Amino acid sequence: MIIDSDVVTLSRLQFALTALYHFLFVPLTLGLVWMLAIMESVYVMTGHEVWKRMVQFWGVLFGINFAMGVATGITMEFQFGMNWAYYAHYVGDVFGTPLAIEGLMAFFLESTLVGVFFMGWHRLSRVKHLLVTWFLALGTNFSALWILIANAWMQHPVGAKFNPQTMRMEVTNFSDVLFNPVAQAKFVHTVSAGYVVGSMFVLSISAWYLLRGRNVDFAKRSMTVAASFGLAAALSVVVLGDESGYAVSENQKMKMAAIEAMWETEPPPASFTLFGIPDVQNRTTHFALHVPWVMGVIGTRSLDTPIPGINNLVADTKGKITDGIQAYDALLTLRKNPGDAQAQSTLTKYDDDMGYALLLKRYVDDPRQATPDDIQKAADSTIPNVPVLFWAFRIMVACGLYFIALFAYSFWLASKRKLDSYRWYLRLALYSLPLPWLAAELGWIVAEYGRQPWAIEGILPTALGVSSLTAGQVWTSLGGFVFFYTALAVVDAVLMAKYARKGPDELGLWPVRDAKAPSGANTAGALS
Amino acid sequence: MFDTTTLRLIWWALLGILFIAFALMDGFDFGVAALLRILGRDEQERHVLLQTIEPTWEGNQVWFVLAGGATFAAWPTLYATAFSGLYLALALVLLAFILRPVGFNFRDKVHDARWRAVWDSVLIFSGVVVMLISGVAFGNLFLGVPFRFDDDLRMTWQGSFFDLLHPYAILAGLVSVAMLLTHGACWVAYRADITIAQRAARIARWTALTYAITFVAAGIWLGYGIPGFAIAGPVTTDGVANPLFKQVTVGSSWFASYMLYPWFWAAPVMGLLGAIGVQWTVGKHSLTGFLCSSLMIVGTILAAGFALFPFLLPSSLDPRSSLTVWDASSSHGTLLLMLGAVIVFLPLIILYTSWVYRVMRGRVTLEDVQHSHNTY
Repeated sequence: MIIDSDVVTLSRLQFALTALYHFLFVPLTLGLVWMLAIMESVYVMTGHEVWKRMVQFWGVLFGINFAMGVATGITMEFQFGMNWAYYAHYVGDVFGTPLAIEGLMAFFLESTLVGVFFMGWHRLSRVKHLLVTWFLALGTNFSALWILIANAWMQHPVGAKFNPQTMRMEVTNFSDVLFNPVAQAKFVHTVSAGYVVGSMFVLSISAWYLLRGRNVDFAKRSMTVAASFGLAAALSVVVLGDESGYAVSENQKMKMAAIEAMWETEPPPASFTLFGIPDVQNRTTHFALHVPWVMGVIGTRSLDTPIPGINNLVADTKGKITDGIQAYDALLTLRKNPGDAQAQSTLTKYDDDMGYALLLKRYVDDPRQATPDDIQKAADSTIPNVPVLFWAFRIMVACGLYFIALFAYSFWLASKRKLDSYRWYLRLALYSLPLPWLAAELGWIVAEYGRQPWAIEGILPTALGVSSLTAGQVWTSLGGFVFFYTALAVVDAVLMAKYARKGPDELGLWPVRDAKAPSGANTAGALS
Repeated sequence: MFDTTTLRLIWWALLGILFIAFALMDGFDFGVAALLRILGRDEQERHVLLQTIEPTWEGNQVWFVLAGGATFAAWPTLYATAFSGLYLALALVLLAFILRPVGFNFRDKVHDARWRAVWDSVLIFSGVVVMLISGVAFGNLFLGVPFRFDDDLRMTWQGSFFDLLHPYAILAGLVSVAMLLTHGACWVAYRADITIAQRAARIARWTALTYAITFVAAGIWLGYGIPGFAIAGPVTTDGVANPLFKQVTVGSSWFASYMLYPWFWAAPVMGLLGAIGVQWTVGKHSLTGFLCSSLMIVGTILAAGFALFPFLLPSSLDPRSSLTVWDASSSHGTLLLMLGAVIVFLPLIILYTSWVYRVMRGRVTLEDVQHSHNTY
């Protein structure tokens, strides 16, 4: 079976594009929904109408974003089958389960409740509506949990075994899949990043009102919520970063070495390269500026565990490829003669490494015919794009540290009731708006681009996972996605800006004229 | 307690239940969307129509997402083969599902007639596309679709998007459109302001009639004009999930299973009774009318599923590669685990969905939309 490399490239491009696009909306949903829940809880506890108006105003922006998140999320659920059919066949037994449970447990909950959240204000008691908001928040966050369990399995596939008769991976221990250490690290890191996005969104737009002298009390309260929630989230995102997941497996180690542009293993604890110019050709890093100990401590949580360098990992990989070829040979023998006990035991011994033999398929049709040169090439192909990972990671971390500083300062100002005292601060808060998105997208680039050449680490190379499509078909869908996603992005941005600019005052939500009047009565014209 | 054969049967039933639930719950949303400019003659009427579905369509469409996810988990080979094989058709369906949420949300965000007209056509497009393509896809199942597996179980597909437009598949598409338009119209008759409801009832009678005629025609054509698939030799129901481990003959009748289990006939009869029920009741007792159109949907999808049994995706190119209930499922462990998840979560889903429908119950009148209170 010859795999069309254009189809691979186009399918990867389409997946990267649709996933990164989807994640423009997801983190805002994840963060904003908790802030709605917090604001509404304050409303129910204190009975102050302003808190309800805050929920309704930020809710309008939440709704626009939520629609985009849902629309772009459906693409993700179906793309595995459409563009990655062999992947879907090969690992569906394991990977499909968390996706299906996500639907059952989380996506259903949030989607069913979101309509009542918007349209149920007059049909539900305060407490019941609050419960709807809380379950909406839980639903969106559970959704992230299951998706990240699925994603973590791609990074660190545990609890499954290859079945030669069905030619796929099958679950052997689901609780290993569920409690995958990579999943836990990823979940906390990713939802915290979402909370930072949500907090920055509220902080920035509120800062804009204060700069304009509009909605002052409304904006200050919103900023206070954003500052406290944002500070906690920004701390969590950095402190509970997902480096802890990097030590658990070979590919994750390779990813960490690439992030560090660390070509040779250093004596522990390894230093962190603050700056440098990675040189892929000569496998060295020029002008490197090292901070001793930091990387070893973060990466291994110990002082004496070495972090292997890229060259050592490549050498290990060559051994795995040789073992993988034996497994592949045994598989083909078994296919001809299912009763061959010798082949069966060889396969059982080496099947963990069979994926490494599949790496050779890029260079030779039958991995058993591979020359030492092919094996070297396949081993080298396990090095991800070092400069991209190196820089993406550093920009992401710099953003993360900046968020801690900004939210800490905001929190300080909020507790001193000085949020509207410094225009430079308000401008800074406003212009920081795109940064958490930048950090979040770079985080995914580090995680997924750094996973290459694997779709499932050590098991299935990305190139083998594609569907049997023609390049023309993928061009057609890719063109469609680019066209419609661009159009929707423009419309979404225009509507977001329009409603943010209108603000609670022009939407008739603020100031609260008569706390007794049924809320929304004066908003019918603007919001219906 | 559950052997592999039982689990596969249960998951075949659950697959059916999920698709039926999707057609029942989201089917009327699509029907209403498709009829938006026919039933709604001015902005206010369209507002009423949309408000009958706006609070709940989002939850309803999750049945589709869940059907996809559950197929991935329980029938991974089916998910991989059907979705990549029907690539461009599915891309169109996907486009409909991408545009619909933003259509609902963005439509009323700008108060301008042209802006609304654009989003109305988006909603109408999404309704028509999904109704038509799902029917056409179902029709193609009986014709067989052109794929084969190699020894690595890598699938190749030899056909284009336009090959799917066989006259029989188009007839099946019409059945689906007529059925879901009826369902949408019955929903409007049940939930919208009485002037619009009466208009909808008239349309429902016509579409129910169209459904009955096309459904019977599709059945007769299936019985006399389209060769059925059958597994050759003794059938292993709990064997290895590898489609290449069997032989398949083509040329029998798709109604063979109906002869084997005569109670299967209850399904098409149910579909037709539903259509007759719509004729009788939609104008007089709208809730009964809506229940009748629901019955119609259940009967139709069951009738198709029973005829196909045990096939899931027959292959016209290499019949041996056809996917059946006995060789396209996940492993025993995954089927069991997923069944557990369904047993825990499905009742909860039904519970909170019913609660939401109860909260948002009642006819939406023209007066209501003049004093709209929502912040959506």
